[in-house]
Amino acid sequence: MTEIWDGLTKAIELLISLDPEVMEIAGRSLTISGTACVLASLICIPLGSLIHFHHFRGKRALINIIQTLFTVPTVLVGLFVLVLFSRAGPLGFFGILFTPPVMVVGQMILITPLLLGFTISALNGVSKEIADTATSLGASGFQTAWLVLKEARYAVLAAVIMGFARAISEVGCALMVGGNIRGATRVITTVISLEASKGNLELSIALGIILLFLALIINIVLNRLQQR
Amino acid sequence: MSLIQVAGLTHTYGEREVLQDLNLSIGRGEVFALIGPTGAGKTTLLRIIGLLEVPGAGEIYFDGKCIPRSGKQRLEIRRRMSFIHQKPQVFNLSVYDNVACGLRWRGEKRNRIAEKVDHILEMVGLEGYKNRNGRTLSGGEAQRVALARSLVLEPEVLLLDEPTANLDPVSTAKIEQLISYVARQCNTTMIMATHDMSQGQQLADRIGVLLAGRLVQTGNATDIFRLPQNEEVANFVGMENIIEGIIVASNDGIATVNISGNPDGIGIQAISSYPVGKEVYACIRPEDITLALSGTQSSARNSFQAKVTRVTTLGPLSRVEINCGFRLIALVTKISVEELNLQAGREVYATFKATGVHIMERDSSQ
Repeated sequence: MTEIWDGLTKAIELLISLDPEVMEIAGRSLTISGTACVLASLICIPLGSLIHFHHFRGKRALINIIQTLFTVPTVLVGLFVLVLFSRAGPLGFFGILFTPPVMVVGQMILITPLLLGFTISALNGVSKEIADTATSLGASGFQTAWLVLKEARYAVLAAVIMGFARAISEVGCALMVGGNIRGATRVITTVISLEASKGNLELSIALGIILLFLALIINIVLNRLQQR
Repeated sequence: MSLIQVAGLTHTYGEREVLQDLNLSIGRGEVFALIGPTGAGKTTLLRIIGLLEVPGAGEIYFDGKCIPRSGKQRLEIRRRMSFIHQKPQVFNLSVYDNVACGLRWRGEKRNRIAEKVDHILEMVGLEGYKNRNGRTLSGGEAQRVALARSLVLEPEVLLLDEPTANLDPVSTAKIEQLISYVARQCNTTMIMATHDMSQGQQLADRIGVLLAGRLVQTGNATDIFRLPQNEEVANFVGMENIIEGIIVASNDGIATVNISGNPDGIGIQAISSYPVGKEVYACIRPEDITLALSGTQSSARNSFQAKVTRVTTLGPLSRVEINCGFRLIALVTKISVEELNLQAGREVYATFKATGVHIMERDSSQ
């Protein structure tokens, strides 16, 4: 019990003193997951719109697959990226294994299904009559799609935030392809996992608090958005 | 030449045939009302004319040109029209942006847009609402935004689908005023679907009755309301007295119709050129029947002694059911009901003119 208490007090000290190591790790987490989230959004929002606004054979099946991949295990994505980018792998020539860029790639792949699926359901949430109204006011196909996307903006933004939340809280992929290298690829979750197993509780707890705090902020923002 | 022409239009939703071999031609500047009960296919017809849907079969001609089933030309033609939907869909944007979007899509210049939007908002009485979010408006305001959004485009054709269906009487009156103002001032061609017959009568140059996907009758308001072509139309336009009979005499254009199943041989006098022996319906609008306590001093050819069977109040009017050997329904003012002390069992005289009776051929196959 005292161990936990000690850990907690030391963790708070680390946070209050803005300990450089804690800040570096938290900053890297935010940068990697933020980048992954932005890049994945840039791909998934247009792609999701494309899927939503087009009728094609197998659309239902495709959406089912996307939804199934919401819960893909992070280590599986890690394994996939590891194989892809390992020296002998098809993308090995990039030589980015165990660097932040490959972690970004891993997290992008991880949250792509989530972002796609939620973008599609956000667009589904906009009444079909909105699109009809736009069309009847002389909007082209693209202009209609853009308007519908704007109507769904809060729901789409919520999807992006969900994607970010999944990215920053995952550990499997970051550990496998990042390697948890001090000063290079250590992020909040990998540090918590590794330091805790080494018995270094205070750093883990401090980072855990930061992660929880981020979760709180994300939740508040999401709630606000859902009320719109 | 007609601006819009619909030829042989047939459309199905799954198994259900919503429009059947429909032909219609609408002139430039004409205000055409489509009346018909819910589910008759009014909205579908408007959607097809508005190029929101491609018909199953048949062609639409706009300004003499046949509209293709797909391709860029559809957008160009659609941009010459505008559609007001039954439920106004206001975008989750400011009122200004709602009204401006159609112009932006057409690539209008910024300052021209501002000018036009300001002008139109003033016209619909929403000048103070520019920055309000569209979602915070009441039903009537939302419909005015929808109207402004369409009118600002100065469309050649305005399609209106039950524009006042969900509105209170005050908002309805405002919208109707705007519609008739635009029709007069801008010479806009309008096609308006409505189930409100008085609205059709009030606003339209010509009315078409759409029943179960078929355009049964077109004509001016008098034709439709006074001279319905068949029983279906008569029923729909509020011709409450449709009496089965047979012509037994015909003299100088005045026919005597014997009421079917009436042993006393009561005859109704009507204007008709049908020959003796013709099976017909005699139609009398309930508001054309007057009720009095004595049956004298009137030039009307038809006067029957009757007994009141039921009185129902309908706002300012009362619907009085009487039996004069056959059943008749009369609409009288509430004051008359009180003055004549109309109630079940009361003896009255029902009077109507021969010109108030519309004789309609009875299809023997039905």
